[in-house]
Amino acid sequence: MADPRATFELQSNVPAAPGIAASADAVIQVRHLRKWYQIGTPWFGVGAKSYLKAVDDVSFDLGRGQTFGLVGESGCGKTTTLKLILQLEQLSDGCIYFEGQNVATLSPAGRRAFKRSVQAVFQDPWASLNPRMRIGDIIAEPLEIATTMGRSEIKRRVGNLLTEVGLHPYQANLYPHEFSGGQRQRIGIARALGPNPKVIALDEPVSALDVSIRAQILNLLMDLQKEHDLAYLMVSHNLATVRHMCQSMAVMYLGVVQETGNTQAIFDNPMHLYTKALMSASLPAHPDITHDEILLPGEVVSPIDPPSGDVFMTRTPLPVDPNHRWARERPPLIEKEPGHWVVDTPWSLARAQH
Amino acid sequence: METRDQRIGIGADLPAEEDRAILHVQNLETRIRTKWGEVKAVDCVSFDLKRGETLGIVGESGSGKSMTALSIMRLVPSPAARIVGGQVILNGRDLLQLTEDEMTRVRGRDVSMILQDPMQALNPVFTIGNQVGETIRIHQGLSGRPLWHKVVDVLKKVQIPAPEARAKDFPHQLSGGMRQRVVGAIGISSEPAVIIADEPTTSLDVTIQAAYLRLLREIQAEQGVAIIFITHDFGIVAKMCDRVAVMYAGRIIEMADVHTIFDRPLHEYTKALIGSVPNPDRNVGRLPQIDGQPPLLHKLPPGDAFAPRSPLGFSERDAAIRPELVEVEPSHWVQLSRCSVADFDKYAHLVAYG
Repeated sequence: MADPRATFELQSNVPAAPGIAASADAVIQVRHLRKWYQIGTPWFGVGAKSYLKAVDDVSFDLGRGQTFGLVGESGCGKTTTLKLILQLEQLSDGCIYFEGQNVATLSPAGRRAFKRSVQAVFQDPWASLNPRMRIGDIIAEPLEIATTMGRSEIKRRVGNLLTEVGLHPYQANLYPHEFSGGQRQRIGIARALGPNPKVIALDEPVSALDVSIRAQILNLLMDLQKEHDLAYLMVSHNLATVRHMCQSMAVMYLGVVQETGNTQAIFDNPMHLYTKALMSASLPAHPDITHDEILLPGEVVSPIDPPSGDVFMTRTPLPVDPNHRWARERPPLIEKEPGHWVVDTPWSLARAQH
Repeated sequence: METRDQRIGIGADLPAEEDRAILHVQNLETRIRTKWGEVKAVDCVSFDLKRGETLGIVGESGSGKSMTALSIMRLVPSPAARIVGGQVILNGRDLLQLTEDEMTRVRGRDVSMILQDPMQALNPVFTIGNQVGETIRIHQGLSGRPLWHKVVDVLKKVQIPAPEARAKDFPHQLSGGMRQRVVGAIGISSEPAVIIADEPTTSLDVTIQAAYLRLLREIQAEQGVAIIFITHDFGIVAKMCDRVAVMYAGRIIEMADVHTIFDRPLHEYTKALIGSVPNPDRNVGRLPQIDGQPPLLHKLPPGDAFAPRSPLGFSERDAAIRPELVEVEPSHWVQLSRCSVADFDKYAHLVAYG
């Protein structure tokens, strides 16, 4: 394979993968991402190696100015995927392409530019702001580290950022405890906006907030996205939020993408039983709306040494044929309708609906 | 024609025998001492609860919904907080007049509580069987084999697989969903008349949450227990509750059956809370948001606490009037204020300040 740096036609160097709609203008492209944690070590030949497969072969494209949603239950690997992209965890395998360039092969300067361009807003606004730092210093820190701005310039920028997220510049002198949850999340967003990123990773940005504040933050995020042409990578377990924010999405189970594609297509016609179960479990918006509940037996299985075949095998309510090919090897994502991919095994699809 | 005095204050007219309330809370007031002075965390809260009914108490953090629950259980954090007035009548007895010993016999037997965080509600150094058995031992006087059988029975009732084995486990050996079921098992073990569930599913995954809510419904149908559901999520209200009380700044601002609340809410805060939640069944575009922050109890406006956030136009004189909770239609109660009820003029004749 050609070195991505060698040519200007960078996009073409990113290999295709199942589950990806051809997008001309992707900021981040992820191919066959894997994160395996080794948890068992043989000791003088006793015992076997075992792996916790947090993320196992995840591929997707994040378009410029778009939002991509990762959905799943706790332990499905959605946050680990985010951490891998933020370079907070080492990849076990796979590639991350930033504007067509493989991040692993970037020069040190390119790496710094990449890290500047990819910022994060975290779930818990109480835990993600240092209680001993003033708000102004919290927002200024990434600017001091990642940019060449002078002190007065940074001060001006902090004031502008605070205004942009709906706070007042004079509040730069206050400490985090003087703010409410919604305001803290605004501060987190201002900090992420500071270095002019192209991508912001949102890890459950509103789930710790009060209901009346959630709409404010979601609206703010959407306004900022339009204004700065930001791409969001959003992790959430709340399907309503994902439907509201994301153009495309992936449903993960045990580190594996089970269904992916256009959000509208998935919500209009969910195919995978797991997606249907998640949707039927989401809370209704009106007492008259009743979902047919789809029950999955058991709870999420441990991601330690998952089945070599379809990971959903142990959770499906349908009968599983142990001799079937997909009970032994990992089934691929199949494009069932334009821009809508799903893992197709005899026990993973809700066939009665068609 | 009934008099104004009868309409104000719930329970003024006695209902028929069959739907006589089993829990009757009237003018409950709880104050907390803070460094800014004493604040009213629960301010003149009144409601009735019938047998087998589910009442949702909805509000943001600091609205007093949890303090209301703790006041009913007489578990307010003492000495900082104290119940200063009102009545909590359960089965004809005023719980606020009982001695501490009598109250201990009431808690868990007549009224029990399911707490939010199962990891904090369970003691990590005792087995599940020990903790479920404690309530049964105290209230039903069982010990030895009969106690063990009863514990296994209760665990079976909350659908814990292999209850004999699980009863010997410690809390950390169970998953979050199973732990919450154990907390539920403790709650129902003595077949109380009223269960207060304080956000029992916020720490659970969506599918586990759906299963837990269904389980609560089944237990309710079987035992006819009345449930007070404390939540900030209107999705849970839509799924679970027969009646809803919306709280703001320590007071109930609107109370009605669930369909009235969703279809014909009168208070602007209720309207906004329902409107600001993304709909899982369709994309609604930009979310309507409530501007501003929930009020701080030590800095409450003198009259209508919601006035500073209300989208309606009103005069300062109206905002300074302390509004009353009035029954505008049969069993639809609204805190009538020109600041926060758009149809105020229609009901103005019901209040003295109208």
